[in-house]
Amino acid sequence: MDEKTLIAKRVALELQDGFLVNLGIGLPTMVAAYLPNNMNVFFQSENGIIGMAALPEQGFALGDLTDAGGAFIGALPGACAFDSATSFGLIRGGHLDVTVLGGLQVDQSGQLANWMVPGKMVPGMGGAMDLVSGAKRVIVAMQHTAKGKSKIVQKCTLPLTSVRRVDLIVTDLAVLQPSDEGLILKETAPGVSIDQVKAATDCELIIPANVPEMQITE
Amino acid sequence: MSKLRNLEDAVAAIPDGAVLMIGGFMGAGTPHRLMNELVRQGKKGLTVIANDTARPNVGIGKLIDAKLVARLVTSHIGTNPETQRQMIAGETQVELVPQGTLAERIRSGGFGLGGVLTPTGVGTTVEEGKQTIEIDGKTYLVEKPLKADFALINAKRADYYGNVDYALTARNFNPLMAMAAETVIVEAADIVPVGVIPPDVVVTPNVLVDYLIATENRHG
Repeated sequence: MDEKTLIAKRVALELQDGFLVNLGIGLPTMVAAYLPNNMNVFFQSENGIIGMAALPEQGFALGDLTDAGGAFIGALPGACAFDSATSFGLIRGGHLDVTVLGGLQVDQSGQLANWMVPGKMVPGMGGAMDLVSGAKRVIVAMQHTAKGKSKIVQKCTLPLTSVRRVDLIVTDLAVLQPSDEGLILKETAPGVSIDQVKAATDCELIIPANVPEMQITE
Repeated sequence: MSKLRNLEDAVAAIPDGAVLMIGGFMGAGTPHRLMNELVRQGKKGLTVIANDTARPNVGIGKLIDAKLVARLVTSHIGTNPETQRQMIAGETQVELVPQGTLAERIRSGGFGLGGVLTPTGVGTTVEEGKQTIEIDGKTYLVEKPLKADFALINAKRADYYGNVDYALTARNFNPLMAMAAETVIVEAADIVPVGVIPPDVVVTPNVLVDYLIATENRHG
């Protein structure tokens, strides 16, 4: 199993029946493929739909039915469409149960930076700032390191997405939970030792007496 | 008086330097015939307020390719390297706005409000230069309303009076923008007799719509 699949399968365990969920572009989108059996989750795409589904076949592509990346999608029975103010009212107004987002950096205080690298990459924040400010639960799904450098840092050096503390960080090495005292190591990935996680992390971690191995969906 | 205009005349009414709101999200719900005609007439120095600039040669990306845009207010340009290049080169002035804030700034512009209070962006670079207000112990940014000279709207259907409905995710910013501009130009996939769109289904009321772009020959 590749690292991204592992992360997606672990994040899938955080979802519950009946949840309204928004998945970011890239790795977070993979979570939809690994829901536990018989779980009914409503996926929102912030361009204005609840009940998005994969496009069943290429020949069914419809220009007026797309995801936030502009890709053609399908829709489940019970889907509904709405304008951008309603879509972000759902997000900002506390109606969204979970958002799963990628990250460039998360720091010891649990703050996330994921929308720009000054001088290098200026994509714009899109919906990320509203999602992190407003969702009931924010899960960051990302690789633990990039180009050999830890993405878990003492203090974010990149511009923050929000001052809100995220709720959970799932990486290819570990599951971390931000708290008032710092980042708690909740789980380690299969075959990964606590020392390996510590070595790949650029800040102190709180290590409980018992750190179980990461569970994932089938 | 009929609101029907041919494409060329409707776009000719837009002067160089105009402030345009353009519907669409990554090209879905963008009025594509209007984009092509803006490029063909070579409008200059436009201010564009839109969610994104799609990709090169797609939707609003065509205006970027043709260098028609002097100023852009948008939430995301990550999918259009040419917009990023023009921003970094200083050719196009870009203001990046969180997507939900952009929607609310447009809505407040159209709804006669003095702006909105939002928690989004508090404590980030988005806060710079903005007033904050504390209400019941929570901090909010004051975000000002946006208005435009023209709104360029993509619709599923319009009736002869200009009542409009939308299709699925092509709705996005369109109904908000139709409230917030001096002149509203609607490019509908179909224009239908009055009554075909039931009153309960109309999203944008006809009084907001100034021009309906004539459809093209439907018999191939």
